[in-house]
Amino acid sequence: MPVLTVREALQQALHEAMADERTFIIGEDIGHYGSTYGVTAGFLEKYGPERIRDAPIAEAGIVGLAVGAAMAGMRPIAEIMSVNFSLLAFDMIINHAAKIYSMFGGKFSVPLVMRTTNGWTQLSATHSQTFDSMFAHIPGLKVVAPATPADMKGLFRAAMADPDPVIFIEHTLMYGIKGEVPDGDYIVPIGKSVLAREGRHITVVTYSRMVHLSLQAADILAKEGIEVEIVDLRTLRPLDMSIALESFKKTNRAVVVTEDWQSYGTSAEIATRLYEQGFDYLDAPIQRVNFREVPMPYAKNLEQQVVVTTDRIVAAIKKVLNRS
Amino acid sequence: MQKRRGATQAEVPAASSLRSTMTSTPFSRARDQLGDAQLVELYRQMMLIRRFEEKCQEMYTRAKIGGFLHLYVGEEATGVGAISNLQSQDHIFTHYRDHGHAIARGLNIDELMAELFGKDTGTSHGMGGSMHFADITKNFWGGYAIVGSHLLLAAGVALACQMQKTNGVVMVFFGDGATNGGEFYESLNFAQLWKLPVVFVCENNLYAMGTPIEVHSSVKEIYRKASAFDMKAMRIDGNDVLTVREQVAEAVEYARSGQGPVLVEAMTYRFRGHSAQDTQKYRSKEDVEQHRSNDPVLIFRKELIDAGVSSAADIDALDAVIDEQVEASVRFADESPVPGNEWLTDSGIYAAPLATATVDPDLV
Ligand SMILES: Cc1ncc(C[n+]2csc(CCOP(=O)(O)OP(=O)(O)O)c2C)c(N)n1
Ligand SMILES: [Mg+2]
Repeated sequence: MPVLTVREALQQALHEAMADERTFIIGEDIGHYGSTYGVTAGFLEKYGPERIRDAPIAEAGIVGLAVGAAMAGMRPIAEIMSVNFSLLAFDMIINHAAKIYSMFGGKFSVPLVMRTTNGWTQLSATHSQTFDSMFAHIPGLKVVAPATPADMKGLFRAAMADPDPVIFIEHTLMYGIKGEVPDGDYIVPIGKSVLAREGRHITVVTYSRMVHLSLQAADILAKEGIEVEIVDLRTLRPLDMSIALESFKKTNRAVVVTEDWQSYGTSAEIATRLYEQGFDYLDAPIQRVNFREVPMPYAKNLEQQVVVTTDRIVAAIKKVLNRS
Repeated sequence: MQKRRGATQAEVPAASSLRSTMTSTPFSRARDQLGDAQLVELYRQMMLIRRFEEKCQEMYTRAKIGGFLHLYVGEEATGVGAISNLQSQDHIFTHYRDHGHAIARGLNIDELMAELFGKDTGTSHGMGGSMHFADITKNFWGGYAIVGSHLLLAAGVALACQMQKTNGVVMVFFGDGATNGGEFYESLNFAQLWKLPVVFVCENNLYAMGTPIEVHSSVKEIYRKASAFDMKAMRIDGNDVLTVREQVAEAVEYARSGQGPVLVEAMTYRFRGHSAQDTQKYRSKEDVEQHRSNDPVLIFRKELIDAGVSSAADIDALDAVIDEQVEASVRFADESPVPGNEWLTDSGIYAAPLATATVDPDLV
């Protein structure tokens, strides 16, 4: 099986999506600039300006026009350069994309895929946030945040085939990550979690870039004889907890790792589901590893203390294990 | 490429080929071009909207209708005149004050009343209510209740029309108050930049809820806002149905020919409160009465009779038919079933519900 980066896997999926005449991409700096993170590099030359639409810096407009076009039979991909800028499009995402199907009695839907990126690297307070829980909070949206190149491709294909609006969350620090990617038609269904690593002492429930950090933490702990099982949720809405619960019933301990603020964040929902549905199997309080709850500082020494690191994951796992 | 089913409403031929002469008036030109029957049809639509909404008010008072109810009473000439220029492949978006546009597009008033009653037979299965009438079979994409938002969706459908080469035009209605928010400016820029076939129809009724235009907009002549985008714009008398029809025809032709969008500012006035709960402290009774004395529906009615287009007796008979249709819509709505609880599950929220439920089954 070919080994691709996340970027290459996405490019492949996007080219496959462009085979559908109804598909066009609308976003900032996707064409002439050559693409902010390189994903759509070369697309303008290949598909032309009609289908690779460099948009003005108008996020509500980008998503709004894509929603309208989707309603009228197109299969648009709206790209929001950074999830921080999606705030300017929240009316279009929450009041429109998520509502139109049910509010009009199921008469028409919004087959929109909105790609966007989480990420940070000394970008300071307004450019380092993640809003996973804000999207995943909304009935009517489907929200995916894949971790591996294969899942990037497979879930992107599923998102394009889906008649409902899908928020597709990428990560600026993941584009270079490599992995095997099946050739040709490869679809990973939305709403299905997966086991990322087998183990028997503790369960880590996570998704997106945190899967990779959790895997590193597991490698470190393996040397001490601790076997960590890792569940990659892949989709945040609808949330498939079946594999996480199965694992939890085996290990009786869990750590939830997410790259967002703890209060009201995705880890709150995940931990609650473990408590609600796995209470009888609980041997120790669940620990969470997240961003520290401050606006992201610029200074590198401070930023490193805010973000999730492998060390912090290792420490949390040990804390849970030491309690029982 | 997907094609939408066509509208079934009586189609009125485009007025764009008209050339004004020194002696002719919008009325005489329209009569020459359309013939008497079509003029009466425009009147029928206006009066149907009027009577339907008077009935809505009554049903609201009797608590058959809940939520917000924004009536279009007084503004009928704008919607009917503008929409009379549209063909079946064209599209409509509108705001929460959507009853008039829906009826002018030929939506079934039984289904509209049922929607207001929150019934399963409503246009949106009772999921939307007064602010969210829609009928995809007539390319009527709905009323939207976030002020200014739907202009972007309209531009998106126009983009689809352009890419699919359907020759369709999108007409989008909104108020004066909607022209101050960012989504208005974004949509104008996108539409002009990409020469999208959109006719933006601003119904300037002089108020945004209770805030007068002098208080809410730095520019009082809304059509001039288009100049920032080098966009074609016009200000028209929105209270004369045939003037609206004639002038908007030009805008529709312009958009259809690929030259780009047009901003139409139709000067009009709403006779009732912003919504059914409005006590109207912001304007005097005299002001309202003065406008009511120029009622666009009654003036057109009189014009038709005076010009001999129709006899008073025939118009009275038509009014009686309209009243009976409105009564029948109430009976239909009353007798219709309420929507089922499946609307509270994933199948009510998603076109493709997934195996993993997002809705807590215990709550259903
Ligand atoms: C974004 C947003 N802000 C505020 C409101 C509340 N609101 C509903 S209608 C309205 C006034 C709109 O006035 P205008 O655009 O002139 O339309 P009209 O009601 O006069 O037809 C306001 C403030 C809203 N629905 N959406
Ligand atoms: Mg107004």
